[in-house]
Amino acid sequence: MLRETHVNALILLALLAVPLGALVLDQPFIITLATKVTILALAGVGLNLALGQGGLVSFGHAIFFGLGGYSMGILASHAQSFTPLMEVPFVIPGTNLMPVIWIVAIAVSCLAALVVGALSLRTSGVYFIMVTLAFGQMFYYFAISWPAYGGEDGLSIYVRNQFPGLNTLVPIQFFGLCFAVLCAVLFLVSRLNKSAFGLALTGAHYSPVRAMSVGIEVTRLRLVAFVISGGITGLAGALFADLNRFVSPTMFSWHTSGEIIIFIILGGVARLCGPIAGAAAYIILEQYLGGFSEYWQIYLGLILLFVVLFAQGGLIGSLSKREIVRG
Amino acid sequence: MGDPILSVRDVHKAFGALKASDGVSLELRAGEIHALIGPNGAGKSTLIQQIAGGLAPDSGTVEFVGRDISGTSTAQRARLGLARTFQISALAMQFTVLENVVLGLVGERGHVFRFFRPVMKDAAYLDPAHAILKRVGLHDVAHMRTAELSHGQRRQLEVAVALTLAPKAFLMDEPMAGLGADGSKALTQLLADLKTHAPILLVEHDMDAVFALADRISVLVYGKIIATGTVDAIRANPEVRAAYLGDGEIPA
Repeated sequence: MLRETHVNALILLALLAVPLGALVLDQPFIITLATKVTILALAGVGLNLALGQGGLVSFGHAIFFGLGGYSMGILASHAQSFTPLMEVPFVIPGTNLMPVIWIVAIAVSCLAALVVGALSLRTSGVYFIMVTLAFGQMFYYFAISWPAYGGEDGLSIYVRNQFPGLNTLVPIQFFGLCFAVLCAVLFLVSRLNKSAFGLALTGAHYSPVRAMSVGIEVTRLRLVAFVISGGITGLAGALFADLNRFVSPTMFSWHTSGEIIIFIILGGVARLCGPIAGAAAYIILEQYLGGFSEYWQIYLGLILLFVVLFAQGGLIGSLSKREIVRG
Repeated sequence: MGDPILSVRDVHKAFGALKASDGVSLELRAGEIHALIGPNGAGKSTLIQQIAGGLAPDSGTVEFVGRDISGTSTAQRARLGLARTFQISALAMQFTVLENVVLGLVGERGHVFRFFRPVMKDAAYLDPAHAILKRVGLHDVAHMRTAELSHGQRRQLEVAVALTLAPKAFLMDEPMAGLGADGSKALTQLLADLKTHAPILLVEHDMDAVFALADRISVLVYGKIIATGTVDAIRANPEVRAAYLGDGEIPA
């Protein structure tokens, strides 16, 4: 058995090695798959903060994934048609610069998480799951019925957005960018988990009554965690849209919320790199079982059942010793 | 006896037709252990919840260190220094003993929104946490998972977490519940020591402990306090004997 930090390092190295190997072997499709894993893992890292650390089982994180995607889609579509986003009372132009798009995606997602969280955190348990799901469906149907940005058909962006100093259309460069973003977020989240905030969030998950009785305003604490969580998933949404150069209401659907939860369960709930392992396993299964049978999700379901019943630490939990003691 | 730290004034709380608190008034004064006793269903838990937060009284007020706290949240009351221990342990079982204590310090100091400094490596938390654990006698098991503690150790840890709040009063809900004779004795000693630090409102079924520890006793029956007084006065009170202690012998 390895220490969890070593397992994490191995996972990140593998995620880096696979596309580099694919580059040598001239397999751009594999690089794209690795990029997809990286971005979906980022979405999972966001949800894991709420679901794993905070115990808030959000079935509505597709909201933030979708908002990130549409932030990119809307800004980039205005940039490609040279029309401003709005003219009254002041002009907001579109943009095809990733850093700007990311900031907008994070800000929009955080704002949405603030509203959704403030309303849904009044409930807990199954009700919280249902309220977040309901919000997710509201966003989904809104996106379908809003014709300005493609409605049901979605929105294509013909050229990938730009990042200063990189050619983002080269698969390995775009992968490198996404990988760097993932690593930066992982660093921040790992600091967060070890901080006073992380201890309080986990404490409020394990024993909300205790947290309150030592002076912690639990709802406010959870709301902040939910907002950070939504912001991270929103950033992943913007990258995902750029990977596909396409956004559609599917990003908002409850399938998407469910998939992000599956990454976490497969990889290991509340494990820092759990979502990476989970997203990688999911994409590999989709590729290989998908080639083997159209109904590959039946097998995915069986695997999930196995994990939930027999290996609750997920992939990371099975590969590493449990480390309880912090610091 | 000193000044009142905690005053409950004419508190009423009804659940439908059931009057769980029917005009309860009581005072917790500096330096005392004030025991609240009463038969099952007398409304002790309801009263405790109205003092600690979590239940709002229908009418009446709760004052703590000179402030009306009736409308404040549980967390606000805790930050004011009202430290509660629970009948059924409400510790974070997956945390280590030390983490539970540090959690208390984080809450008390209002440091919940510190995002980057590793809290379990920070001497500003660890030093006071270890000092508190030493005080309750849990220093040797600081790094043990709370779930692995014995029942008695969990009770001690409940007290340790309460101590993180720099408490001005303790609210203890049956701290002796489920303890053996030895554990009960050790905890009695600890509580006697704690009351010099801050007064204790003690809800307890263990009459030996109550009679050994309490400076004053209030008897709650059907939502009303039928008597308040010293141990001897309560023992001698015929109304209390009839209503609560029964006709039988009162344990010495």
